[in-house]
Amino acid sequence: MSTALPVLTAGDFASDQDIRWCPGCGDYSILAQMKKMLPDLGLPLEQIVFISGIGCSSRFPYYMNTYGVHSIHGRAPAVATGLRVARPDLKVFVITGDGDSLSIGGNHFIHLLRRNVNLTLVLFNNRIYGLTKGQYSPTSPEGQVTKSTPMGAVDHPLNPLTIALGAEASFIARSVDSNIKHLAATLYRAAQHRGTSVVEVYQNCNVFNDGAFSYAQDKATRDETTLELEHGKPLIFGKNRDKGIRLNGLRPEVVDLTSGVSHDDLLFHDEKADSTLVHLLAKMRYPKFPEPIGVFRDIEIPVFEDEVRGQIDAAIAKRGKGDLNKLFNSGDTWQVG
Amino acid sequence: MSTETPQADTAKQVQVVSGITVRLAGDSGDGMQLLGTQLTNTSALAGNDVATFPDFPAEIRAPRGTRAGVSGFQVQFAAHEVHTPGDTLDALIAMNPAALVTNINDLRHGGLLIVNEDSFEDKDLKLAALATNPLEEPWVEKYRLAKVPMTKLTRKAVESLGLGVKETDRCRNFFAMGMVYWLYGRDMDATLRFIHAKFSKTPEVEEANVRALRAGWAFGETTELFGSSYQVEAASLPAGTYRNIMGNQAMAWGLMTAAHLSGKEMFYGSYPITPASDILHELCKYKNFGVCTVQAEDEIAAVCATIGAAYGGAMGVTTSSGPGIALKAEAMGLAVMIELPLLVIDVQRGGPSTGLPTKTEQADLLQLLFGRNGEAPVPVLAARSPGDCFATAVEAWRIATQFMIPVVILSDGYIANGSEPWAIPDVSKLEPIKISHPTEKNGEKFLPYARDNNLARPWAIPGTPGLMHRVGGLEKQDGTGNVSYDAANHEKMIHIRAQKVANVARVIPPQEVSGPSEGELLVLSWGGTYGACHTAVQTALSAGRSVAHCHLRHMNPFPSNLGQIIGNYDSVLIPELNLGQLRMLIRAKYLVDAIGYNRVQGKPFSVGELVEKINELTTETPKEQFQSRAG
Repeated sequence: MSTALPVLTAGDFASDQDIRWCPGCGDYSILAQMKKMLPDLGLPLEQIVFISGIGCSSRFPYYMNTYGVHSIHGRAPAVATGLRVARPDLKVFVITGDGDSLSIGGNHFIHLLRRNVNLTLVLFNNRIYGLTKGQYSPTSPEGQVTKSTPMGAVDHPLNPLTIALGAEASFIARSVDSNIKHLAATLYRAAQHRGTSVVEVYQNCNVFNDGAFSYAQDKATRDETTLELEHGKPLIFGKNRDKGIRLNGLRPEVVDLTSGVSHDDLLFHDEKADSTLVHLLAKMRYPKFPEPIGVFRDIEIPVFEDEVRGQIDAAIAKRGKGDLNKLFNSGDTWQVG
Repeated sequence: MSTETPQADTAKQVQVVSGITVRLAGDSGDGMQLLGTQLTNTSALAGNDVATFPDFPAEIRAPRGTRAGVSGFQVQFAAHEVHTPGDTLDALIAMNPAALVTNINDLRHGGLLIVNEDSFEDKDLKLAALATNPLEEPWVEKYRLAKVPMTKLTRKAVESLGLGVKETDRCRNFFAMGMVYWLYGRDMDATLRFIHAKFSKTPEVEEANVRALRAGWAFGETTELFGSSYQVEAASLPAGTYRNIMGNQAMAWGLMTAAHLSGKEMFYGSYPITPASDILHELCKYKNFGVCTVQAEDEIAAVCATIGAAYGGAMGVTTSSGPGIALKAEAMGLAVMIELPLLVIDVQRGGPSTGLPTKTEQADLLQLLFGRNGEAPVPVLAARSPGDCFATAVEAWRIATQFMIPVVILSDGYIANGSEPWAIPDVSKLEPIKISHPTEKNGEKFLPYARDNNLARPWAIPGTPGLMHRVGGLEKQDGTGNVSYDAANHEKMIHIRAQKVANVARVIPPQEVSGPSEGELLVLSWGGTYGACHTAVQTALSAGRSVAHCHLRHMNPFPSNLGQIIGNYDSVLIPELNLGQLRMLIRAKYLVDAIGYNRVQGKPFSVGELVEKINELTTETPKEQFQSRAG
């Protein structure tokens, strides 16, 4: 049908700006997978807008040959909400980090999700403040020693996915910067979702927090430490796919599939499931559990801008398009002269 | 529904007066604001010029009967032009002892004092922290006291309807209204229509209020308490169709008109805050005009959402009051940097911090001019009266789009909640606001920071092929808009952004002066103090003083002839409801030793205090050279 649309390649999405992330930064991989994935959406460059806040990840829009706004710290969800309501024809991505989204912008993050604005938010989680050179972040584990926590962080970290779930996000996913195929596929799924899709990406900051997610990144260990979620399939992991997750009451437990436990005994993944079940998955943490990656949740609920604009359409249908002269002269008026 | 009210029916003597100032005071649950609004509308419909001053506590329902809970509404209606709600009261209607003692000082000697006699029991006195009944004090004799058993009379008027005591007593304000209407020869029709529209779902309540209103009118007619009623003839306003309008309403309508004139959809992002919320409430009603309102999660989100909408090509508007503006500061800086048109409206209230939410003040001027990090100038306009909010909103959007810049509008609690007659404009005769979005590249590559003669950059919007570009808060390279840390470029861009704001002075009309073009004193004012300053100067002029009045709408940049005007007077008086913010700017810019008259009591100036100050600074007989020009 859309024969007029030129076929784009990853290269078409690159802007002419030099990329200024540190060599070896996980951001490069996310940028590459994004550019690789975007042509599959079949959208022209001018229909796409990247909006970011502040932080290393938030430089992302400058490197994309699309429209973009590098806004202020934590506020990208608000900027994107205004843009989507004003221009529902545009495809919008929000690029953010753990500090940007969960600390200074926590409020906007949850309100974006409860409104279910139709956009994709990619949360680069590196568990550190990189751009300000190495302070602990809201996802840094307790006890982490950083420049601002020489005796170890005392705050309990936030889990981006349980926060998203608490705000009733309609699409929740997780991937890993180095797991490039999985990352590209996850971004694509997120971009296909109608509503707010949140993708947490484990991203390595090799300068200030190197190896924070090495267990999930390392090819040698990742099959044992992560679990790829597949809709309608049992939760199985391990290099030999010999371990699974079973529910014991409301507690998940790791079971050995070689000792007589059948697949039918395992927990089956359901992207449409009640949030309680998704919560159990989001709470599974290494080393006690493999950490699930992939799509945790994908449900359809009303989209904010549809509702906002729907009210405008309904008002026009009911009362006709407004006439200012009529409005100003309505009610009690009087003549002079 | 019809009524047999009018003036001719009354058997008593009618005194013709040129103007009346009335204050209605009662508990915040007593419906004083409703009563005041009705009296205002009715007086405006009678052709009077009107000016109002609603004054209410920040608490929704402060404890009943206490001084803290007193809510008041003052209105001046006159057969001549009025610009203030009046200094001293001709009549005070006090529904309880607390309302009496907190307002009595504003009633002129010999003025009419009407009280609800039924609410001066011991318990009522105790609630008002009074040891003795003020109605028995000797000072009451300075006034013409009318003790009316409003509660009893209202109950009697509606008793056959079988309403409960609570519902019955709620009708008391309509009884008081009927009495006031009789006193001032007001027509009840508009209020009867209002009652019908408001209570049509509960016919017995509608009927009770109608009966109370009529009973109040009949009481005025028959009681011996009032010797005469008063008549205020219609004022001779310029020809046209008028309606009564409140400041926040005029602001909302001005914004809608600006959107219409520019062919834009309005995106309005806001967070509730007193006294700006009524703009949100008003705009929400007009979705069929294509107004898109979003109540954001906070002030920051409200302004950021409008920035997003503006990037998409919409008319972005956000409103707030001082505390919310403080939160928006960083985002306003972003809008300065990415050079998008945006309107930020501050309905000022008493500060600092939470301050006096329901009281007026002009202390945010410097915050709006300078309250951002870095050199981040924006044009700032200030509305001078309720109706003027309309024209100010339209002009602000014209400037914002012509110069690609966020523009600030200052209003204040006084004009936001006040009302006045407004000459309804014909929208089809207003000048369109021309906006263009480029569709073609302006160079080999698209240059998002190329400049036109005003130094405005092109407003290229997403969806336009070939013009993809990124904007952001990091310093921009001149022309390309790419991120640049170059020292010389940064300084150049700072100058460009400053010059762009300065260029606005090219398109704003020259500053006007009312009164003689030179003389002993220039009164220089801005914003919501217009009415008091104008009236004070007129009063002093007619007494032969050498004084003129210059009222600013454009706070940044100043009109280009302002310095010249200032130079034509021996001295300059700047009255402000702050500690001298405009004065600081005028002194800095024009090196003139301007004198301040500053009050920060949460209420507007009285005309009297300004006249006194003008008299202090001028001579009784002006120097010969100014004599012919005075008066």
